[in-house]
Amino acid sequence: MSTATVDATGPASDGGTNTGVGARLAALANGLIIPVLALLTALVVGGLVIVFSDPDTLDEWGSFFGDPLGALEASWDIVYDSYRALWNSSLGSSRGLSRTLVEATPLALAGLSVAFAFRAGLFNIGAAGQIVIGATCAGWVGFTFDLPTAVHLPLAVLAGFAGGAAWGGIAGVLKARTGAHEVITTIMLNYISYRLLDYALRSDAFQPAGRDDLISKPVADSARLPEVSFGEITVHAGVFVALVAAVGVWYLLERTTVGFSLRSVGANPNAARYAGMSVAAMYVLAMLLAGGLAGLAGTMNILGRPSFSLTGGYYSFIGFDAIAVALLGRANPGGVLGAAFLFGVLRAGSTGMQAATSTPVDIIVVIQALIILFVAAPALVRSIYRIKAGRGTSQNFTTSWGA
Amino acid sequence: MTTVLQDPPAPLPDDTPLVADRPATRRRVGFGIATIVLGLITLVAFGLGSESGLDATFVFSRASDAVQIPDLTIPARWTGIVLGLVIIAGGILLALGVLGDRIYLVFGVALALFIVALLAWAARGADVSIIGLLDGTLFRATPLALGAFAGLLCERAGVVNIAIEGMLLTAAFVAALTASAADNTWVGLGGGIAAGALLGAFLGVLSIKYQVDQIIGGTVINIFALGITSYLGARVLSEYPDLNQPGAFRAFGIPGLERLPLVGPLLFDNTIYVFLMFALVVGLWWALFRTRWGLRVRAVGEHPRAADTVGINVLRTRYRSVMLGGAIAGLGGTWFTLDATGSFNENMTAGKGFIALAALIFGRWHPVGAFVAALVFAFSEELQTRLALLDTPIPSDFLLMTPYIVTIIVVAGLVGRSRAPAADGEPYVVE
Repeated sequence: MSTATVDATGPASDGGTNTGVGARLAALANGLIIPVLALLTALVVGGLVIVFSDPDTLDEWGSFFGDPLGALEASWDIVYDSYRALWNSSLGSSRGLSRTLVEATPLALAGLSVAFAFRAGLFNIGAAGQIVIGATCAGWVGFTFDLPTAVHLPLAVLAGFAGGAAWGGIAGVLKARTGAHEVITTIMLNYISYRLLDYALRSDAFQPAGRDDLISKPVADSARLPEVSFGEITVHAGVFVALVAAVGVWYLLERTTVGFSLRSVGANPNAARYAGMSVAAMYVLAMLLAGGLAGLAGTMNILGRPSFSLTGGYYSFIGFDAIAVALLGRANPGGVLGAAFLFGVLRAGSTGMQAATSTPVDIIVVIQALIILFVAAPALVRSIYRIKAGRGTSQNFTTSWGA
Repeated sequence: MTTVLQDPPAPLPDDTPLVADRPATRRRVGFGIATIVLGLITLVAFGLGSESGLDATFVFSRASDAVQIPDLTIPARWTGIVLGLVIIAGGILLALGVLGDRIYLVFGVALALFIVALLAWAARGADVSIIGLLDGTLFRATPLALGAFAGLLCERAGVVNIAIEGMLLTAAFVAALTASAADNTWVGLGGGIAAGALLGAFLGVLSIKYQVDQIIGGTVINIFALGITSYLGARVLSEYPDLNQPGAFRAFGIPGLERLPLVGPLLFDNTIYVFLMFALVVGLWWALFRTRWGLRVRAVGEHPRAADTVGINVLRTRYRSVMLGGAIAGLGGTWFTLDATGSFNENMTAGKGFIALAALIFGRWHPVGAFVAALVFAFSEELQTRLALLDTPIPSDFLLMTPYIVTIIVVAGLVGRSRAPAADGEPYVVE
């Protein structure tokens, strides 16, 4: 039932009939101009939200007719201060950039998880649960055993991957064997994973002696991800895991037979079955690997970030973001990395912004939604800026909805 | 924007499922074995393993009810033993094929008996209020059922709505704000419905006019709703607490009917939300399956090209359905602030919109099915809170898991493949 594919690699690759140099340049410009304008528009709308929710600025607007410049000046000031603080604590300083990369790492891996499932025609809402199970497994290995780093760290990472893969695989097997819809099963598995984590955190195997709140023992030094420095930028090694994973996903999808089968099942399961591919096997494989990628996202967090402990609210740290990153990245590994970096910037910058200007961190969630909106609806941006319609690509993630 | 849409592909001639269904016999034997296991658990955990001599009391009436139904007191241990044996016998008969193909019926009855035995065991030496359990189920089912109805209207017309969560949350926020500002819960109700309808229209514009992928559009609404309500909650509601005191609707009884034994206090003495939920189940079923309007909506969701050919305005039908769906989701959202809690809290819907989505799929895109599914989810939620209160030795985290595990088992085993409207999620281009 597919009317379009998820294969949208960008406007430039839209195999049209007109392939002259001018058309190519226009397509390239078109490909860049929309995301840039989308970001700009999102920041402007976000700025308006900041202005019209700040009590002091609103007071100034109340006396607009007495002092119009004052109102405008106050508005400009709060938006400028908010965004400058956002910039300074993300891209504008080496510490900020380090934090941005560290924030982007789990987003990239979880985004790859959702994107990978999308390509096989599955909607993995369950990244959150797979992250929790992955982090729980990796953390348990990390603080339970006492091994040399060369064994301990790979073992912990493997445990995290396997835990996530198993959790995602449940949904894949259920889908393949009984036809149970993955949207339902992954949502349910999310809630089950949260309760499992709570249970684990109350058990003696996880809870440090003398504590009775929901926290685990810290991961042993030998299982922590090593830090890597480039000049003043310091990140943990998980950043490279995310990059390698992106390349791996790209290679698997675009350069292997299995990848071709996965994409075929995603584009049109009926045709894929007719061509002799096992739809059931692809569903299981896709959910196993998607779960494993999400498990790695949780693993990088627990093994790479200070505190090194699981806590009760561990699952809330990523929420919708994995889906958003996958959508913004158009389910392409490269695009997912870019989207994860952008979201990393916003996450890293938001806390600095709240500290400096008391603009609540939640504003970045609004901005994220706006960015996705404008990127997903290029026609909307074109109509705002009166850009002539160029060659667009259509993408459709919903082909699996009724299958 | 030019889209690379081709003509809609012709429907495949064969309708065989992509993933092979299990053969009927294996399925029957599988369920028979599952039933036997359920019976063994009942027999061992709630029967033989329980202390002897303790009675469990099931309470069916509240002191204030017009007609008092006497309490039912049964010996807890023997209840477990007898019901366990009955379930095991049912499972054996099912596996042997004596009961024919009544798999769902047998398993459903076994599950019900299991729950009775569980309650008797949990309430041994104490009492458990059945009326409270059922009343709580209806209460918790309200946002789930309304959310599922919202999704139903959208998806029957061919627009996937995963934005139910965002609609619920936004409506909850708007209801708190408007009801507080006007000092009138009805204004809040209207405000919430309007907010839902507006988001529905927004989803419609995105998916119909701009042909944004509908899952992206829904995700945008979900993220935006979470962001803007959290932001404004932190910025506005916490600065002006007066704006977060909407008050709540009160329960009222329907004269005459509320005096009926058991069903009176249960069904006919409620807040407006439960009554509206009942009305919508019947109303939506009738409208969708017994009116011309409903036939058109379904035609647009199943085969828009054919609908267009016979003169139905596909896009307008979709806009109207999505907005109506949004309004119903908005109604469901106001439940959170105007019935459940009486104030807005950050992310207070906490995934209920996704459970509603699950109820919709579980209920096979049918109003009655979605309602029953919402009741099942709500019952297991309510059961779990009641069991937690009764202080059973099962760790509370596992009790909290039960609704979700039950859902997975039911969706995997009993429902299996549920089929969405054929054109669900596909943009339509008028030629």
